[in-house]
Amino acid sequence: MTTAKISYDAVEVGTEVPMREFRVNRADLVRYAGASGDFNPIHWNEKFAKEVGLPDVIAHGAYTMAQAARVVTEWAGDPGALVEYGVRFTRPVVVPNDDKGALIEIGAKVTAKLDDEARTVRLDITATSAGQKVLGRARAVVRLV
Amino acid sequence: MALDQSFVGRTYPPTAAYEVGREKIREFAESLGDTNPVYTDPEAARALGYPDVIAPPTFIFTITFKAAGKQVVEDPQLGLDYSRVVHGDQRFEYTRPVRAGDHLSVTSIIDSIKSLAGNDILSVRGEVHDKAGDHVATSFTTLVARAADAEVEESR
Repeated sequence: MTTAKISYDAVEVGTEVPMREFRVNRADLVRYAGASGDFNPIHWNEKFAKEVGLPDVIAHGAYTMAQAARVVTEWAGDPGALVEYGVRFTRPVVVPNDDKGALIEIGAKVTAKLDDEARTVRLDITATSAGQKVLGRARAVVRLV
Repeated sequence: MALDQSFVGRTYPPTAAYEVGREKIREFAESLGDTNPVYTDPEAARALGYPDVIAPPTFIFTITFKAAGKQVVEDPQLGLDYSRVVHGDQRFEYTRPVRAGDHLSVTSIIDSIKSLAGNDILSVRGEVHDKAGDHVATSFTTLVARAADAEVEESR
């Protein structure tokens, strides 16, 4: 059984995980496409993305989801402490074709202490890009020490 | 055109095992810019009680997505238009983290098919097991095939 470094007893409902900023550009998306095997052209081909009705190239939902997980796993101290994790992709992260790309801001807050014995807590995650919420119902359940 | 409801409950055969390598995990973590040593350094992983490096939590999606893509999305009988597919939502339940040396097999199941405003909404569950047959994780994926403009016009 593996557990996180952060203590269940030290956490309260309302405990906040500090907001983090992640920058994503086209090169990051190409790299992620290669690493994940998701080569859907909406994530790298502007012409194609626009043809299917998107404003521009968009980040893989799973890429944004991975960065949001990272905020939680770094806080917990052990990525293997994640018991459950889910998000809804409410709006695409639109990634312009420049060196700056898009900025994603991610934070989280403990919203429940679920089980004193299993030492699990629930965190609600917020993720925004260009002032819009990009993940909805983003929740993680983490097992703490 | 709405997808055939009779596909709900369809279970596809387990995929051939995917062998998880250290370098693949490293490549994935690097593509995220995630420098946590537990993904790249076996010593750091062992310090947390793992036998080898573990993968970032969403790594599992690359395996379940491939399975769902090859078997479900490209199922000619189902007839989903992949060029219009976007990821609607995604959830994972983990029994343990994926680690280097794993041989993982995915069983994909169509949980539901819905049609909303001309969009086809497909929910696919991926049950991931290791070589010993032990459960590693379950992936719940919702894919949305957005309506083509012409079809939206028709549905108005």
